[in-house]
Amino acid sequence: MKDLSLHILDIVQNSITANASFIEISIEESHKANKYILKIKDNGKGMSPEMAEKVTDPYVTSRTTRKVGLGLPLLKMNAERTGGQLEIISEEGKGTEVVAVFILNNIDRLPLGDIAGTIVLLASANPTIEFVYSHIVDGERYIFDTREVKEALNEVSINDIHIFKYLKEMINENLDEIKATK
Amino acid sequence: MVKVKSLADLKKIKSELQSKMELREKSENPEKSVQVKVAMATCGIASGAKQVMDFLIEEFEKRGIEAIVTQTGCMGYCYAEPTIEVTVPGKDPLVFGYVNIKKADEIIEKYIKNGELVEGIIPVNYETIEK
Repeated sequence: MKDLSLHILDIVQNSITANASFIEISIEESHKANKYILKIKDNGKGMSPEMAEKVTDPYVTSRTTRKVGLGLPLLKMNAERTGGQLEIISEEGKGTEVVAVFILNNIDRLPLGDIAGTIVLLASANPTIEFVYSHIVDGERYIFDTREVKEALNEVSINDIHIFKYLKEMINENLDEIKATK
Repeated sequence: MVKVKSLADLKKIKSELQSKMELREKSENPEKSVQVKVAMATCGIASGAKQVMDFLIEEFEKRGIEAIVTQTGCMGYCYAEPTIEVTVPGKDPLVFGYVNIKKADEIIEKYIKNGELVEGIIPVNYETIEK
């Protein structure tokens, strides 16, 4: 994966497959602690402790179309490359949380990429799932909540192709304001 | 135009869009729209499915084609990623493989607009004559 937003797009797919109806994506940048933390939390069906332990093995996957599952192993690799780590907290019937910690100033930390596009894409491709994206930079935060957006859009669907670019613009403008690291 | 930043700005844009949409006749029902599903598992994303999806959404809007673009998981054609499934109203769905931006453009212009078949179809949903 070329950037973090693509990892997010990929990992969220696991949440969708786990029948989540609510997915929280958060990025917390702390320049003081030199950390860049990505969290993806869902209310999907969760995993057994044995499965949670094994999922970062590329040869473990719950799908049947192919034998390998590279989403989590690739994210783990990229986190560890910077000196960080990946943690998976999961409970059957409750949901799963994936936490990837990156070292902020490490040269191997992936750029964020087109996060606005990723979030809007997820929200519009899965109109029945609610997403909350929060981005925190040293205490300053921006929160994008599809429940609020859907209310504002009212009868216009969130997956209307005419609204796509405006949603993207809204996220980008706010991320610029809190000076999110690109 | 002022940039959209808050939910209030979004509401304003929405009302503007709505008045335009009314003129354009309401073709909201999905049966009338072109439906495109982009395969977006690890394999698809790594081969550039997101760029293709962005391109499709942008171009459908620019070219005035009513369409719904959604994502789906891996269809098992990892070797041919990015793959997309296109359903033109009244026709059977078709799966296209190796879809880059150039190919996506060709699919819009030739298949979606004119109904011409283009190279790169993965025969997944063919029917046999004897049932």
